[in-house]
Amino acid sequence: MTRRRPSAPLPRALHPIAWWIWALGLATVASRTTNPLLLAVLLAVVGYVVVARRGDAPWARSFSTYLLLGLVVIGIRVVFNALLGAGDDGRVLFVLPQLDLPAWAAGIELGGPVTAEDLLAALYEGLRLAVLLCCVGAANTLANPRRALRSLPPALYELGVAVVVALTVAPQLVESVQRVRRARRLRGAPGKGLRAVKAIAVPVLEDALARSLQLAASMDSRGYGRSAHVPLGLRRATSTLVICGLVGICLGLYGLLDGTAPRLLGSVGMTLGLALSVAGLYIGGRRVRRTSYRPDPWLRPEWLVAGSGVASAAIMVWVGSYDPLLLHPSLAPLSWPDLPLLGLVPVLLGLVPALVAPRPRRTVPRPRPVRPAPMVADRPEVLV
Amino acid sequence: MIRFDQVSVTYPGASAPTLREVDLHLPEGELCLVIGLTGAGKSTLLGAVNGLVPHFTGGLLSGRVTVDGRDTRTHPPRELADLVGVVGQDPLAGFVTDTVEEELAYGMEQLALPAAVMRKRVEETLDLLGLAELRHCALRELSGGQQQRTAIGAVLTCHPRVLVLDEPTSALDPTAAEEVLAAVTRLVHDLGVTVLLAEHRLERVLQYADRLLWLPGDGTLVSGPPATVIASASLAPPVVELGRLAGWDPLPLSVRDARRHAVELRQRLGDGVAEAPCAPDEVALRARSIVVRFGDVIAVRDVDLDLHPREVCALMGRNGSGKSSLLWAVQGSGRRNSGTVDVGGRDPGVVSATAARALVGLVPQTPADLLYLETVADELAQADRESICPPGSAGTLLDRLVPHVDRGLHPRDLSEGQRLALVLAVQLVAGPAVLLLDEPTRGLDYGAKARLAVVLRELAQEGRAVVVSTHDVEFVAVACDRVVVLADGEVVADGPTREVVLASPIFAPQVAKVLAPLSVLTVAEVATALSVAAPI
Repeated sequence: MTRRRPSAPLPRALHPIAWWIWALGLATVASRTTNPLLLAVLLAVVGYVVVARRGDAPWARSFSTYLLLGLVVIGIRVVFNALLGAGDDGRVLFVLPQLDLPAWAAGIELGGPVTAEDLLAALYEGLRLAVLLCCVGAANTLANPRRALRSLPPALYELGVAVVVALTVAPQLVESVQRVRRARRLRGAPGKGLRAVKAIAVPVLEDALARSLQLAASMDSRGYGRSAHVPLGLRRATSTLVICGLVGICLGLYGLLDGTAPRLLGSVGMTLGLALSVAGLYIGGRRVRRTSYRPDPWLRPEWLVAGSGVASAAIMVWVGSYDPLLLHPSLAPLSWPDLPLLGLVPVLLGLVPALVAPRPRRTVPRPRPVRPAPMVADRPEVLV
Repeated sequence: MIRFDQVSVTYPGASAPTLREVDLHLPEGELCLVIGLTGAGKSTLLGAVNGLVPHFTGGLLSGRVTVDGRDTRTHPPRELADLVGVVGQDPLAGFVTDTVEEELAYGMEQLALPAAVMRKRVEETLDLLGLAELRHCALRELSGGQQQRTAIGAVLTCHPRVLVLDEPTSALDPTAAEEVLAAVTRLVHDLGVTVLLAEHRLERVLQYADRLLWLPGDGTLVSGPPATVIASASLAPPVVELGRLAGWDPLPLSVRDARRHAVELRQRLGDGVAEAPCAPDEVALRARSIVVRFGDVIAVRDVDLDLHPREVCALMGRNGSGKSSLLWAVQGSGRRNSGTVDVGGRDPGVVSATAARALVGLVPQTPADLLYLETVADELAQADRESICPPGSAGTLLDRLVPHVDRGLHPRDLSEGQRLALVLAVQLVAGPAVLLLDEPTRGLDYGAKARLAVVLRELAQEGRAVVVSTHDVEFVAVACDRVVVLADGEVVADGPTREVVLASPIFAPQVAKVLAPLSVLTVAEVATALSVAAPI
């Protein structure tokens, strides 16, 4: 008997980690090139996937914010380069009035001639940064941040909860500030000035404190942090392992980054630290007795999406080492950048999720609460 | 199920224990109602059941509390989570996740239940509490009743054998409160859950209780069948007061019980009840075509409102019907998209905040928002300075409202009623001709509500126009001359309290329901009528 395969996967949320791997892969691709044509295609690819696979949740509407942020980054980059740029050779486009700086600021030039090469280089760099930002933004748009936190290793669960609670408290704090500011007018005082800061901060903080206590009480009575089955010794061993591991990683990082430090410190510290942390997280994870409601599955689409991201990054790194000039258009002499076909491969690979990822589930539109109409008669009637 | 053996609780710094040598045994499947004045130890008693007292709150607990054989001394709240479910007053403050479905699953995740069991229980609970349509909704966007039902559902999924509810309906309008209480009684009857419920508004719940626990305030506890305990309790809903007045035995607990007794009383009363005085012609505040909108939502839709001096007016309507928005718009500090307000020829929305305050005073829903200094004395002095009044003016007012408030206390440490009085004094110092109060009765016990009614009446008699927004029908029947009902931002009824309140089964107070078709609203009216009729 043959099983008929469904033509399209059922709508569901893709595992958030898969989206993050894909996005970070594309971010790596972006970081490896300054070719504006490649970057533009990459941005189009990312944008297309976002539009094709985003849900209807609040965070899914944030991609335009990242695009705007990207434009700001490019703008800042270009303006600063024009102001501070020291390019004397090349095609001068215009000359800014030059500021004479005191002797201690020698080497910094404010204003002066602005060359086309300089501006273009700044534009390319800015574009690269902007696209990189948009890749991260795409992950934020496509993956539910709270579900992403749920995928943390069990030993880091407490950390995840803290972040989730902070995410909940932030909007409440904003609401609280607005409410108190409005109330402030009732006492005839404006909502400005140093005095107002205290008058607003005190009730808001009291409110926040009371709320957090209530939340803590609620979490406690609902079983948060049940640890009866874990012996104290094991709990202590876990935290000791993790802390030692983190110290090891710090030492290792220092050894790796500082050229004057002994080489052994870097490699040994890093390896030992990682091993200890992983062991700690593993043991700690075993002690956590908790289950997950409707965990996100990791199936074929997840493998394909994450795989496409990894493959994109890997191919781009290889292309970069094969022919560096391919990915960085020449500025001297100035020329119209080519679109390298070899560079296009990893970029277009980023389109895979638009084909293989399941569509997200539409959340049901919020039904209006149905309540009986008020039973108020317009003329007095005695009820029997 | 729940057993208290010689339990005493003393909080640090307190001169007397909050609970003193309490012995209590609650069998399985009972709905127990806990009553008592503010500060009598209701929350302490409820908190002791799952160990939040003293594990979380601090304080010294002597004696022994066991739930299904588990001692709270050795079991902190989290170890009792599978046995005792706790729901607080403000459901939003206790939510950990952000959608209904995840909130329902949270407790089960902590108990490490298998995924299949969780799926099944979430679906069952969604159906049991009528939340199925809301499963993907964000918790913040739900109405108050829906939030409270979600909070109950979130503890029910762990299949607790005891449910502890601390004033679950105090923030809800009558319809939403019915919704929640119906869910609770259904749980008692269908699942045999033992429920321990604290509530100020006895008229809502007394009839459902199997047992009454009364905390008189001296640390002791009186427990017994509702009809027996309520006979000696110092606080009682109007229907019980009526029963006491008429000498009925056993005391009626519900409107239905009372109506059976009431036939003879109705005959004695005849129709000897005074008519309401007609509305005064003077106008203290004239609002025309008020519109308030927040984005697409129209909170107040083209409302006209006249307020008369020497009149206490109630503003009623379900949660979200635009009561608060209207009050804030009229005062001038809130949003007003169009319309005019005229108080003695001036519009409080146009003049400065200080001038607006002298025209219209508003006590907001959370009075504590206005308080930010360390002591009551500082707040009063600051109020005098703000209104350019001689020092001591606010203090005199406060003494009139609530005598003997300790000036050295922090405003946060006052009781609900005292804090309300403090804010009322702060607002009255400016000498406004119109006074608006947004839900002042929330969290007040019977005694505090009775005092508030007297204070409002006095303030009105001095020539002010007073408006109170509230859900509390019994309070309206006692305190207000006129009722304005809002629905969906529009005025749907406006008239003397007697007419409006009697025209609707939802808004009718208990006494009116018992004595219909007579138009009597309060126990006091019955008493007056009887004293007139008695000599015959």
